[in-house]
Amino acid sequence: MSFNNLDTLYRQVIMDHYKNPRNRGMIEGDDHMSIDMNNPTCGDRIQLQLQVEDGMVKDAKFDGEGCSISMSSASMMTQAVKGKRVEDALAMSKLFSDMMQGKEIDEQEFDLGDIEALQGVSKFPARIKCATLAWKAMEKGVDEQGQS
Amino acid sequence: MDIKTVRQSFPILDQEVNGHPLVYLDSSATSQKPASVIEKLDEYYRGYNSNVHRGVHTLGTKATDEYEGAREKVRRFINANSTQEVIFTRGTTTAINTVATSYGRAKLGEGDEIVITPMEHHSNIIPWQQVAKATGATLKYIPLQKDGTISLEDVEETVTGNTKVVAVMHVSNVLGTINPVKEIAEIAHRHEAVMLVDGAQSAPHLKVDVQDLDCDFYAFSGHKMCGPTGIGVLYGKRTLLNDMEPFEFGGEMIDFVNLYDSTWKELPWKFEGGTPIIGGAIGLGAAIDFINEIGLEEIEAHEHRLVDYAMDRMREIDGLTIYGPEERAGLVTYNLDDVHPHDVATVLDAEGIAVRAGHHCAQPLMRWLDVSATARASFYLYNTEEDIDRLVEGLQKTKEYFGDVF
Repeated sequence: MSFNNLDTLYRQVIMDHYKNPRNRGMIEGDDHMSIDMNNPTCGDRIQLQLQVEDGMVKDAKFDGEGCSISMSSASMMTQAVKGKRVEDALAMSKLFSDMMQGKEIDEQEFDLGDIEALQGVSKFPARIKCATLAWKAMEKGVDEQGQS
Repeated sequence: MDIKTVRQSFPILDQEVNGHPLVYLDSSATSQKPASVIEKLDEYYRGYNSNVHRGVHTLGTKATDEYEGAREKVRRFINANSTQEVIFTRGTTTAINTVATSYGRAKLGEGDEIVITPMEHHSNIIPWQQVAKATGATLKYIPLQKDGTISLEDVEETVTGNTKVVAVMHVSNVLGTINPVKEIAEIAHRHEAVMLVDGAQSAPHLKVDVQDLDCDFYAFSGHKMCGPTGIGVLYGKRTLLNDMEPFEFGGEMIDFVNLYDSTWKELPWKFEGGTPIIGGAIGLGAAIDFINEIGLEEIEAHEHRLVDYAMDRMREIDGLTIYGPEERAGLVTYNLDDVHPHDVATVLDAEGIAVRAGHHCAQPLMRWLDVSATARASFYLYNTEEDIDRLVEGLQKTKEYFGDVF
């Protein structure tokens, strides 16, 4: 593998989200949920905050610590789900999970935007968990909300 | 020791990874296996695989001889007084859990103290947390010096008349610190506490004499010292082990089984419930033969040269932080400014260089270092100065690469 292959992992847009994360911080007030999730094998951790109203993700912010892949993925995820209906956010999460497993995905279903840049992660099995951490946190939050 | 011959003994090293000759710098996680160990396992499974200590057939006798022969090899390797003091376990974790359960839970109570350090591997922290919770004993930590060492004055301060167990790692898997376990054992004994040494990172690299250290328990793993996974050793002083209840109950470890109670075999078998790890133990015996043939002193000197060279070379890299003391075992834990260790490890992997990145099963120590994770290069007898040159080159490239993409 050469550095050209590395470029499939570390795309410019990923590095941009890593360096300049979108939606990093805390949602003010208390009408939101907060989900902590970590990757126990490597120590990456994320605190995700979601504000869901009438089945719609009104706001999403995150804080955390981790590698370029986990943090850029969190940045992109919050960007993607904001303003989406919960079921669409979950459908995107499924799509993302398929993309990570290298499965064929229907790109017509959603506009993945920047997220598509993470496609290369599927070629680096050791790093897939980094990319899916934020999505797992979002799923957990929505799931808990549904149960309450 | 002739490094070329040593390297030829390890078939796995002769391969390309991602288009580059493999540089394996993750031996603290697990070491590679020499052909003699692989062949010994093959010989056992092809030639005389049988259960031990039962039946009268020829293969069973051969397997028992080899299994118990491996125990004698371990006894000599750590200079235990008797093979009764050498218990085969699944690894260091099981060995420590055996002591935590059969000694700690059985003998500790409220008001008693367990003393450990913040540099311990999770496997020498959590079992003691659980003992403290179950018994009401207090868990105490010997503080670390700024450079990641332990001062004996702090040990004197921390260990008191209420201390019943002191459990310390011999060599840190993160900092490379070589702890003064002999002196700590002496302090523990003055307070009538028992001393457990986590030897996972020392048995493969340093000459260990459990009688000279005068520790009460010493735990280590086979897979970090050229042996197979799934085999480890708990050494314990006979008087202590005799006074402890078994850790697991079942076949193999019994003397008489009645309807409502049973009695145990003598040492060491009373701690080896179920069919033992026969292949693993025989493989560990072969690993000890291999190490003895080269000589632990030689291995230690070789690693010392390598780590000195690595420290010198890695210091040439701007923006690279090395953690731990100057005087250390054969590993270097480090971080590059502005590049997460996972990203460092991924770029190095693309160059065929295997290093560890993460918290190294030492989260309290990561917090003490005030980092979420680190990268680590660890050396063993088969590593060379060229391996370190490749690592330094790879780190320079990592810096350039991430410098460019930002």
